[in-house]
Amino acid sequence: MRDVRDALMVGRNTDGKLVRRPLSPHIQIHRWPISMVLSICHRISGVALGVGTLLLTWWLVAAAASEEAFVNAQWFMGSAIGYLLLFGWSVALIFHLCSGLRHLWMDTGRGFETAEYNRSAWAVVIATGILTVLVWVTGLAVR
Amino acid sequence: MADPRNAPHVDMLRSPLGRARGLGSARAGAAHWWAQRLTAAALVPLTLWFIYAVIHLKGAGQREIMEWLSTPLPLILMLALIVATFHHLQLGLQVMIEDYVHDHAQKLVSLLAMKAACVLLALACIIAVLKLGL
Repeated sequence: MRDVRDALMVGRNTDGKLVRRPLSPHIQIHRWPISMVLSICHRISGVALGVGTLLLTWWLVAAAASEEAFVNAQWFMGSAIGYLLLFGWSVALIFHLCSGLRHLWMDTGRGFETAEYNRSAWAVVIATGILTVLVWVTGLAVR
Repeated sequence: MADPRNAPHVDMLRSPLGRARGLGSARAGAAHWWAQRLTAAALVPLTLWFIYAVIHLKGAGQREIMEWLSTPLPLILMLALIVATFHHLQLGLQVMIEDYVHDHAQKLVSLLAMKAACVLLALACIIAVLKLGL
């Protein structure tokens, strides 16, 4: 017994034999309720946005560095990979924004009833979809 | 027999062993929580403005970016956005590292590396924006 916590993990089975107690089921056993999916996605989108700040930094530093560096950065953003990154970044940003607003709302102690909780979760998903489409339609229509 | 005056006096709920190991609350959780919410609230309007700005600047060259940042409002809002974003980012990533990295040394090293990266990226963005706008 290395640790006192290990002592709590030992029990006797029906034959009276000492056994390690089973742990609670791993995450992959569970159903995926929308609230859990959203919580996980909030973290993942947060990390994705962290990676996205590299893009922002590159864009700003290139603009400050030289005309040539900025042309290169703009060329990359306009390429297929650039558009894919920008699209992913916009989805992550809009989702994290909507989900974050939901969290701020719940920080006031409201919206914890199961029905409300699930409804606000779906509202975040729908709002993310609508806003992303709106941003890209506007963005592509400009000029 | 059970005289309450003889009962052991307990003035802390944390065990001495836990205290010696440095486990438990660092007593700084509320400030972290509050800073994360404040920056989140600030980032709501700033992000919406930034999305508008990016669409507005579509196809802009370096000169247009400079002209745009030379006006006071975009310059101020860009600086606010950068500070709030990187502060919020390092607060959020800190929680994730604390949740998922269990080895003490690895946790410390990754926290310090992450915070250093956030500070350096934020400084790079701030300097770039100031150079363009001033």
